[in-house]
Amino acid sequence: MNQINSKIPEGPLEEKWSNYKSHQKLVNPANKRRLDIIVVGTGLAGASAAASLGELGFNVLNFCIQDSPRRAHSIAAQGGINAAKNYQNDGDSIYRLFYDTIKGGDYRAREANVYRLAEVSNNIIDQCVAQGVPFAREYGGLLANRSFGGAQVSRTFYARGQTGQQLLLGAYSALSRAVHKKQVKLYTRYEMVELVIVDGRARGIIARNLVTGKLERFAAHAVVVATGGYGNTFFLSTNAMTSNGSAIWQCYKKGAYFANPCMAQIHPTCIPVHGEFQSKLTLMSESLRNDGRIWVPKKKEDAEAIRQGKLKPSQIKEEDRDYYLERRYPAFGNLVPRDVASRAAKERCDAGYGVGTTGLAVYLDFAEAIQRLGKDVVEARYGNLFQMYEKIVDENPYETPMMIYPAIHYTMGGIWVDYELMTSIPGLFAIGEANFSDHGANRLGASALMQGLADGYFVLPYTIQNYLADQIKVPHFKTDTPEFDQAEKEINARIDRLMSIQGQHSVDSIHKKLGHIMWGFVGMGRDADGLRKAIGELKELKKEFWSDVRIPGEKSTLNVELEKALRLADFIEIGELMAHDALDRQESCGGHFRTEYQTPEGEALRDDEHFSYVSCWEYEGEDKDPAMHKEPLDYEFVVRQQRNYKS
Amino acid sequence: MDKNINIKVKVWRQNGPKEKGHFETYTLENISQGSSFLEMLDILNEKLINEGKNPVVFDHDCREGICGMCSLYINGHPHGPDEDITTCQLHMRKFDDGDTIVVEPWRSAGFPIIKDLMVDRTAFDKIIQAGGYVSVNTGGVPDANAIPIPRDKAEAAMDAAACIGCGACVAACKNGSAMLFVSAKVSQLALLPQGRIEAARRAKSMVAKMDELGFGNCTNTGACEAECPKNISISNIARLNREFLKAKFKD
Repeated sequence: MNQINSKIPEGPLEEKWSNYKSHQKLVNPANKRRLDIIVVGTGLAGASAAASLGELGFNVLNFCIQDSPRRAHSIAAQGGINAAKNYQNDGDSIYRLFYDTIKGGDYRAREANVYRLAEVSNNIIDQCVAQGVPFAREYGGLLANRSFGGAQVSRTFYARGQTGQQLLLGAYSALSRAVHKKQVKLYTRYEMVELVIVDGRARGIIARNLVTGKLERFAAHAVVVATGGYGNTFFLSTNAMTSNGSAIWQCYKKGAYFANPCMAQIHPTCIPVHGEFQSKLTLMSESLRNDGRIWVPKKKEDAEAIRQGKLKPSQIKEEDRDYYLERRYPAFGNLVPRDVASRAAKERCDAGYGVGTTGLAVYLDFAEAIQRLGKDVVEARYGNLFQMYEKIVDENPYETPMMIYPAIHYTMGGIWVDYELMTSIPGLFAIGEANFSDHGANRLGASALMQGLADGYFVLPYTIQNYLADQIKVPHFKTDTPEFDQAEKEINARIDRLMSIQGQHSVDSIHKKLGHIMWGFVGMGRDADGLRKAIGELKELKKEFWSDVRIPGEKSTLNVELEKALRLADFIEIGELMAHDALDRQESCGGHFRTEYQTPEGEALRDDEHFSYVSCWEYEGEDKDPAMHKEPLDYEFVVRQQRNYKS
Repeated sequence: MDKNINIKVKVWRQNGPKEKGHFETYTLENISQGSSFLEMLDILNEKLINEGKNPVVFDHDCREGICGMCSLYINGHPHGPDEDITTCQLHMRKFDDGDTIVVEPWRSAGFPIIKDLMVDRTAFDKIIQAGGYVSVNTGGVPDANAIPIPRDKAEAAMDAAACIGCGACVAACKNGSAMLFVSAKVSQLALLPQGRIEAARRAKSMVAKMDELGFGNCTNTGACEAECPKNISISNIARLNREFLKAKFKD
């Protein structure tokens, strides 16, 4: 029963999107007023979509889990946003951005989607500048660029180390304007807890008002989820504390396919773990790899002495340092893609060359950059990141090298969508990190901001109309229908069950256990035995959670522990699906590294003959193994190669 | 070197906006100075849950100093005793063994308490909605390099745009004024050619909304600037006043 239809338009790669737009169905202005759209999430994708759809004339209901849309976790993106402007005259083009993204994703993304992304990337920069986003500029007044991993051109636009913040505030300002003009109705401190389906189409949601604890019903002609990724499955990640996978998990349980769940990105430059009480990990921007050099000691005895505090990094002579990225990958050096840099760090630490008290850290050294450029230039480029590092670690990175280690950062997998960003449930759309579409098995730096805004500003506002065009005669929905009753009953029962357990362990303590299982078996290096073990342990953990979690307080009030418990229940199941997917994919590609499948040099060994597909998982019911459908990835335009960052 | 310390935390507990609040004192032992302030509160909450009590409610999210969600008034300072940081970046190495740490919510007429240390800051959203934007729709905008912007202007705009909307300025101000927040947005956009077109209208409507929502007047005490985690300068307030007066004279 394979029904995967990705609806990729016919024709040459560079004409697909133009052709699609020329021939798609549209909704005329008078009819737009009659159509309601729910957008869940207010990050880059959600806010830009809600604002753009509101401006077009649709009635938009926009839901935000925090107290303000300005807090969405897109705000924490530091380094920049890619676009194929070629302002630097260094040979960039739409095709090159497309090609780098496809290659960076280890040939597991859809060609047509990625080409469209590269095409609209330039519009995003124009849009943001028009909104007043203060991008970095040269003295002549034109925009500046920097380099990022996986590219040989400078195409990354940035606003100091706060690019995500400035882009989100741009989208937030557009959204605020739409709220002011009553084009969008904004609901803050609300969390989606159920998807409502009427006659096979997504027609609404149940949301929990986080202040009152009450369940509320909302209906619409279409539902858009823009709720980000599920990296917090690992407990410790660079994601914000409320970032969660529950909205997309509800979609999955209602029939939306979950695509490539095992593809999670481990970011190479995070501040290492320092204790059991740690609540999250802090990212140090990839842009630091422009000027910082990564190394560990060449001699094991030096590494050992550093771990014991007997040696300082500055005492290691130049010839005794192993700049392992520069050694292994001369062409890209410290700017190899994230998956490659992360694995190389793990390889050195596993081999006994790691530093820091735990041995799970490598150095990111700016001494050479400070000598070459001067301290003030380094400070101008990275000052806020250096300050952040010093506040957390209590060491001055101008004087001693930073210590970094990989951590979970982003999930390439997500809800399956077709070319129109519609899921396998008609009327349900997924945008931004919540969908799976554009990054394949590994996302390049500065591409998440690009994709979120591409989906929200320039793709969904077109493609959603192709769906809504035949909905214009459908009247506004009521929420007192049996479908809404049923959905509310289900979530109420789930909440009651959670509240009645009154076990011995807090939500966080169980979440930490989940994190250990995930990091140990479904993390940077995976193998079949470990994954089977993880599935077994996760089933046990699920039982433990549902019999032993303790949630204080009442259900119909503000109850943070209940919120966390609802999310954790889903994280445990997401973790299991990730393990299933990782077990199925008997190859290494991008962020998915199966230790059984590697080249003699330790690089990821892809298997295009057997695994050139998107794995689309379908929910089969509680405690049943999910079913998998395959969307074949036919590469028509690019010749796939073993990724090479060496020469 | 970080060591473990024993502390007391005196925390404001309040069940709801209309209810009476009070301080509750808790003892915590063996807190690593390497942990963050919010991790210390996590440990406190874990302890309370294990004792069958209700955990302390506080806002937090990114825990890396950029989302602006965390909002604690610690020992008489918004975001605590360290400089240029938010509460989530405050670490326990700023405290000593035996300290009693007082933790309160933002206190201001503009930010009613929701529960314990969590306050309602939707007033800030309303001020932005009143005019804190450039009125452009998606699409149909000129090429990004069509309008060159002097580097110093772009940098000054970025300085103002660094505001995270946390509300520390309001909490620090004896008048509960939101002038630093409002002026940062007005300045950012007034400094850029894209924002100049609506500069007058923006200044008037944002100031009017701020007044309507019950924030106090600015009397130039400078407390906001001193406590701002992102170093937003009060020179922005001077610029807002100029923009506002210019707009009023034109009327």
